[in-house]
Amino acid sequence: MPPVPKSDKPAKGEKKARAKAGEQTERAGKAPAAREATASFADVTSSDATLRRFLHGLPGVDTVGLEARAAALGTRSIKTTAKAYAIDLAISMIDLTTLEGADTAGKVRALGAKAVNPDPTDRTTPKTAAVCVYPDMVATAKEAVAGSGVKVASVATAFPAGRAALGVKLADTKDAVAAGADEIDMVIDRGAFLAGHYMKVYEEIRAVKEACGDARLKVIFETGELSTYDNIRRASWIGMIAGADFIKTSTGKVGVNATPANTLLMLEAVRDFRAQTGVQVGVKPAGGIRSTKDAIKFLVLVNETAGPDWLDNHWFRFGASSLLNDLLMQRQKLATGRYSGPDYVTVD
Amino acid sequence: MTNLFEYAPAPESRAVVDIAPSYGLFIDGEFTEAADGKVFKTVSPSTEEVLSEVARAGAEDVDRAVKAARKAFEKWSALPGAERGKYLFRIARIIQERSRELAVLETLDNGKPIKETRDADLPLVAAHFFYYAGWADKLDHAGYGPDPKPLGVAGQVIPWNFPLLMLAWKIAPALATGNTVVLKPAETTPLSALFFADICRQAGLPKGVVNILPGYGDAGAAVTAHPDVNKVAFTGSTAVGKEIARTLAGTDKKLTLELGGKGANIVFDDAPIDQAVEGIVGGIFFNQGQVCCAGSRLLVQESIHDELLDSLKRRLSTLRLGDPLDKNTDIGAINSEEQLSRITALVETGEAEGAERWSPECELPSTGYWFAPTLFTNVTQAHTVARDEIFGPVLSVLTFRTPDEAVAKANNTPYGLSAGIWTEKGSRILAVANKLRAGVVWSNTFNKFDPTSPFGGYKESGFGREGGRHGLEAYLDV
Amino acid sequence: MSESTEARLSVFKTYKLYVGGKFPRSESGRVYEVNDAKGNWLANAPLSSRKDARDAVVAARKAFGGWAGATAYLRGQILYRVAEMLEGRREQFVREVQDAEGLSKAKAAAVVDAAIDRWVWYAGWTDKIAQVAGGGNPVAGPFFNLSSPEPTGVVTIVAPQDSSFLGLVSVLAPVIATGNTAVVVAAEDRPLPALSLAEVLATSDVPGGVVNILSGRTAEIAAPLAAHQDVNAIDLAGADEQLAKELEVAAADNLKRVLRPQPVDWSADPGTSRLTAFLETKTVWHPTGSLGSGGSSY
Repeated sequence: MPPVPKSDKPAKGEKKARAKAGEQTERAGKAPAAREATASFADVTSSDATLRRFLHGLPGVDTVGLEARAAALGTRSIKTTAKAYAIDLAISMIDLTTLEGADTAGKVRALGAKAVNPDPTDRTTPKTAAVCVYPDMVATAKEAVAGSGVKVASVATAFPAGRAALGVKLADTKDAVAAGADEIDMVIDRGAFLAGHYMKVYEEIRAVKEACGDARLKVIFETGELSTYDNIRRASWIGMIAGADFIKTSTGKVGVNATPANTLLMLEAVRDFRAQTGVQVGVKPAGGIRSTKDAIKFLVLVNETAGPDWLDNHWFRFGASSLLNDLLMQRQKLATGRYSGPDYVTVD
Repeated sequence: MTNLFEYAPAPESRAVVDIAPSYGLFIDGEFTEAADGKVFKTVSPSTEEVLSEVARAGAEDVDRAVKAARKAFEKWSALPGAERGKYLFRIARIIQERSRELAVLETLDNGKPIKETRDADLPLVAAHFFYYAGWADKLDHAGYGPDPKPLGVAGQVIPWNFPLLMLAWKIAPALATGNTVVLKPAETTPLSALFFADICRQAGLPKGVVNILPGYGDAGAAVTAHPDVNKVAFTGSTAVGKEIARTLAGTDKKLTLELGGKGANIVFDDAPIDQAVEGIVGGIFFNQGQVCCAGSRLLVQESIHDELLDSLKRRLSTLRLGDPLDKNTDIGAINSEEQLSRITALVETGEAEGAERWSPECELPSTGYWFAPTLFTNVTQAHTVARDEIFGPVLSVLTFRTPDEAVAKANNTPYGLSAGIWTEKGSRILAVANKLRAGVVWSNTFNKFDPTSPFGGYKESGFGREGGRHGLEAYLDV
Repeated sequence: MSESTEARLSVFKTYKLYVGGKFPRSESGRVYEVNDAKGNWLANAPLSSRKDARDAVVAARKAFGGWAGATAYLRGQILYRVAEMLEGRREQFVREVQDAEGLSKAKAAAVVDAAIDRWVWYAGWTDKIAQVAGGGNPVAGPFFNLSSPEPTGVVTIVAPQDSSFLGLVSVLAPVIATGNTAVVVAAEDRPLPALSLAEVLATSDVPGGVVNILSGRTAEIAAPLAAHQDVNAIDLAGADEQLAKELEVAAADNLKRVLRPQPVDWSADPGTSRLTAFLETKTVWHPTGSLGSGGSSY
């Protein structure tokens, strides 16, 4: 790993204690911690050249080895009690999402109701973590989940392409925050990234983070467009040092979205970032995760890469829509011993 | 560590395999008792449960088996290659069909995790037969001249670490080239070879073409020394390999040996670190390190030593040791009590010589033969743990400063079977690979096997190659 | 020796060993008489000792890295240069072979010609054997996999006892063609062509130590070489049955590659088996994988 200033790095023992016992304090004080982490990278982010040197000094990623590791973890056999735990955990981690041009208030209200009470036949079913909508639907969503603890996440920054002026992106963000969004899912400027203008990407994230206020910021890389794993690792570090609360794979709007391999890589990034700075960052794979089996594979990745500290919806999310119903059907199967069918879960 | 996401046991079903209470020797197409009536027990190393009682071959049985193989040789070698190939294709297919059963069997008898027998051993076994099946009628094109001839009766002695895979590596090329076989499996793992005898029966293989003689070292010695054996193939320890080489001196028997190793896994500071950590772990803990080509010496560039060791230790802490039949087990049992005491003794020597020992917190089952994944740091070339093959889950960590030093240290061993290189710099990979005196070099990967890829050692790791076109030579009169 | 018709006293040659590119006398300080096929004295040859054998191994090991690392093209040119040099000294070798093996002049000439042609044959092989003996392997996975032959290392050659020149060249040339270095135990009773060959090698750009030639009692010299832990292989071409067995037993101590003695028609097409006998196959793996994280879209 390239050298970085370690002014804020806690001693090893201290860091461990913090990781174990201090989740609450970290949650409460996460914004300042993240700011300190950002500050500790001041040398790295002093110019395009220093940032480039840092990013290109990160260890390379061997494609075959990474994918083989992800596939190997995919063969874990999660049964009975572990499966029941994993299903409930996965449900609680879902950012139940609708991001369509055809979204209406009715659709968003239905989604909110589903997030709050995913399985009307079983009230012990956990709520999802959040609903995720476009900025103009934030107010409606907020109303639909009011009092439930379910968060409202809004995409912003000219989602999904991100092709707008910074002022527009910031306005988009502020609008969503003003409407009550608890979380903002921004997209990075992939054009700038691929052209090597890393500082532009970094500064845009910083600016959006500023505009978020108290809302947590998820930074979407659109990994399918970044193409290489080396790029995904670099993007992850840009996002983390710029103060992202979450790093997120994709918009769900391109051909390749979340995969076990790119999520594994991002989990390695947040693991290494915490080891280096003491700051924990969340991960959100989004798009393409449709089955319980897939979701459990991702949870295994979390468990064995970043570790159990991330097995909590404060630190790991699934951006998904159809996944929820499959999880619910599997949950019913575990409860009743028989296979459920689509007529026994709600269509939204 | 309290972890809410504790994986529940996920055991593969034992019921898929039906182990008989006793087995005979397989000679001339029949199961038969040993001439002197001797038997031995084979146990499951993870539980010490007796799995079966197996006939123990002696010199007389060896003679009987060699005679059967000799008798079968005439017809078998005269068969058109295409027909021989079809028998091998049948065998490959039956192995695929029965792979779940065989995987469970192998895990029971050997102690290795079901994950490995299911995902590595069995697929490779079937692939090996499938590959050599195709050679049987193409030997004219193999580069050994027109119409190359088989040698005759092949005497083959295999180890316990990959029982069925080593059988495949021996039997598939031997049969494809028209030889007949007398094979002795290891005394701690005879069962999969005996199941293979049943597969030969299902495939309709002519009697006497394959003979299986479970037994101990004395039976192996009798096989290699038998005057009517034309070819000896041995995989096992270097000490026994040398003894066989002496025995065969002055004879016409062709010999190939695949012996020990002390593979160096070299990690440069520009390596893809996360994948390197996986490669190091796979390199030494695959099959509990009971692998001749294991990357048992980690040579790490000093500038990243601490960082890499931290990552490695963190990764070792996630390894799951336990019931080999559990699909989530990463580390299974050591194959035998004898092997366990050998590992234990070498590790004690390592500590006594001043190397620093580390293992993750890891609870060992109370019955069976177990050894926790172990690292030695502060190791130098002079330490026993850096020189002797431990054949267990024990990694010795050494450092180097420059590529020259890495190569010099990697080559500083009488062995020469495998090596690993980890760097993102392409030219360095090629330069280092070129200088390493080892038969298999894995760059940015480790412990990969394929039937098309020749495998075998330099120096005291043996001679001859198994796999690929090269693997045919050992069984042809060329 | 054939006497000159004129009454001029001929100049005898002092035959010496060839070790590390130099021509030392035996460390033993001893020589033995070499006679022609009819029993007439030809010359004294150095009687090599165990220490000479040891020195030869040290020289061969020292030369190995450079020779094995030289381009195959360069090795080919050097072997071809040996043929050129021999062609120029053809008459000398015809005479020496005639004396050593008791052949007619015509037969000896045919033998020498064949030996020269054999150098040409192996000169051409240096940069082809890797293509014939190695190659890519189509493994079932995202890996580039290549097998290449590499020289085994230091090879001891017990030269054929009968065919003192063609036989010698036929066993020596394939060993060094692929990059091995050699310690040759010359035919015990017919060592002179071998010792003269050393002079040719020394003037053919063959680096010192690549070929080392010892004369003396075969069994005495070969035994320490067969047991030597820094020798990687042994060609027993010139060992009788008993000696071959003893040497093979000794060779097992460090698992030398052993080429057993076998009846050979030295004038026949040699094929590639003597080239491949002293090659190791190294197989290198490297991941390939897709171009991007989502698989290649092209």
